[in-house]
Amino acid sequence: MIQLPIYLDNNATTPMDPRVLETMLPYFTQKFGNAASRNHSFGWEGEEAVDYAREQVAKLINADPKEIIFTSGATESDNLAIKGVFEMYAEKGKHIITATTEHKAVLDACAHIEKLGAEVTYLNVQEDGLINLDELKAALRPDTIMVSIMYANNEIGVIQPIKEISELTKANGSLFMTDATQAVGKIPVDVKADGIDLLAFTAHKMYGPKGIGVLYVRRKNPRVKVTAQMDGGGHERGMRSGTLNVPGIVGLGKACELCQLEMTSDTARIKKLRDKLETELLKVEEAYLNGNKEHRLPHVSNISFKYVEGEGLMMGIKDLAVSSGSACTSASLEPSYVLKSLGLDDELAHSSLRFGLSRFTTEEEIDFAIEHVKSAVAKLRDMSPLWEMFKEGIDLKSIEWQEH
Amino acid sequence: MAYSEKVIDHYTNPRNIGTLDKARQNVGTGLVGAPECGDVMRLQIEVDDETGTITEAKFKTFGCGSAIASSSLATEWLKGRTIEDAVKIDNMDIVEELSLPPVKIHCSVLAEDAIKAAINDYRIKNGLTPLTEIK
Repeated sequence: MIQLPIYLDNNATTPMDPRVLETMLPYFTQKFGNAASRNHSFGWEGEEAVDYAREQVAKLINADPKEIIFTSGATESDNLAIKGVFEMYAEKGKHIITATTEHKAVLDACAHIEKLGAEVTYLNVQEDGLINLDELKAALRPDTIMVSIMYANNEIGVIQPIKEISELTKANGSLFMTDATQAVGKIPVDVKADGIDLLAFTAHKMYGPKGIGVLYVRRKNPRVKVTAQMDGGGHERGMRSGTLNVPGIVGLGKACELCQLEMTSDTARIKKLRDKLETELLKVEEAYLNGNKEHRLPHVSNISFKYVEGEGLMMGIKDLAVSSGSACTSASLEPSYVLKSLGLDDELAHSSLRFGLSRFTTEEEIDFAIEHVKSAVAKLRDMSPLWEMFKEGIDLKSIEWQEH
Repeated sequence: MAYSEKVIDHYTNPRNIGTLDKARQNVGTGLVGAPECGDVMRLQIEVDDETGTITEAKFKTFGCGSAIASSSLATEWLKGRTIEDAVKIDNMDIVEELSLPPVKIHCSVLAEDAIKAAINDYRIKNGLTPLTEIK
């Protein structure tokens, strides 16, 4: 028996793996010591657990454990990287390059440093969601201190050409930072091979707990430093003060270990399910895949069903938990800025659904989802004036719409 | 966001979905909203020339659940009313009936606009002066 609703919003957050929870539990009650307490066994126990987890985390991304800075999540890591680098390297330059499809944590941190005198270039993306390397090359300047481009996009799942970006960035003598929140644990990420200087991610998108994240900060070639954004006890090599969240760190470590061990088999299974879902849904008339099909995370699919509105569609598939590119909750009714950056027509941007699968998604759930979405789209098109016009051959662009 | 029971009812069992022949003299058609805003409503009325009563009302809507419910409710309210009476339908009546939250008030405004646009279309077709007031 299938249990409803079905969770297919794993780019927002994943359920925690029970094995992760089990590893964490002792650190709430018995092993509760402060990892910074040097004078008794409670503290040593905590420190030992943190050291072990730091190794598990480092191993997953091929880093040195000393390069792992624990934070409260990817938003904090993005903020620390961008604001911290700008502050630390201000004398070297004040230019930063990023892209329009970045997560708000990056875009808003950039907007913040712009107010402090930074100059930020926002690269547009191509129709498939990938940045154009020639445009990056042209945007690089002698005073560019950092390039911040996400590893994989949270809405459409496209994977940027990370290695090529880092090579161009390095050749210019700039630092390369990447928000890898959607990628770490899902696809192989190697900070050495990819030439990454700073990398942000969080535990709760990879079957770990919420409230714990990482900023990887390179120690050699070059040695990177960020100015702390929180003052206090000087934890985490002085870059992030605050008592360490030991249970969270232990959970993150375990989550990293499981992802590393099971990535190959998980990915193969999840990708097969994703491809089935996608193939079936793209058989629906006027359904379109958003983002580059090839350079994409294995567990994400973002599809637009033209002539139906995303929020209305979500209401019709109430047995599925997914995300829509349409945000019909504000007076402005703005569709997703990521989809708009791809140059999508507004109708298509408003009509999109994002499906995110996980380690726990089953084939029965995918079969149910396919039928559920198909019948909801058919029902809504039956009551859509736009669908009727399309069927009558009327060009929607020829109509003078009254914007409101 | 949670929808009210009435919105869910109209969304699940929409009343009067359909199309009337817009070429007919006694049919008024209102098409309001825009695809880029995420809402388009088309509301049509069929009027009895003798009595000025709306005998049939149909809608089709591209939009969220609240937009669909607002237009579905509007067709229910229109049937049996005279044109003069139909003009009096206020968007706040729809807000109240469907318990729409503040962020969805624009859906009711759109429904009121659709009603007025349909009536105007009917009036113009039949040599009457259009209404001036559209929100």
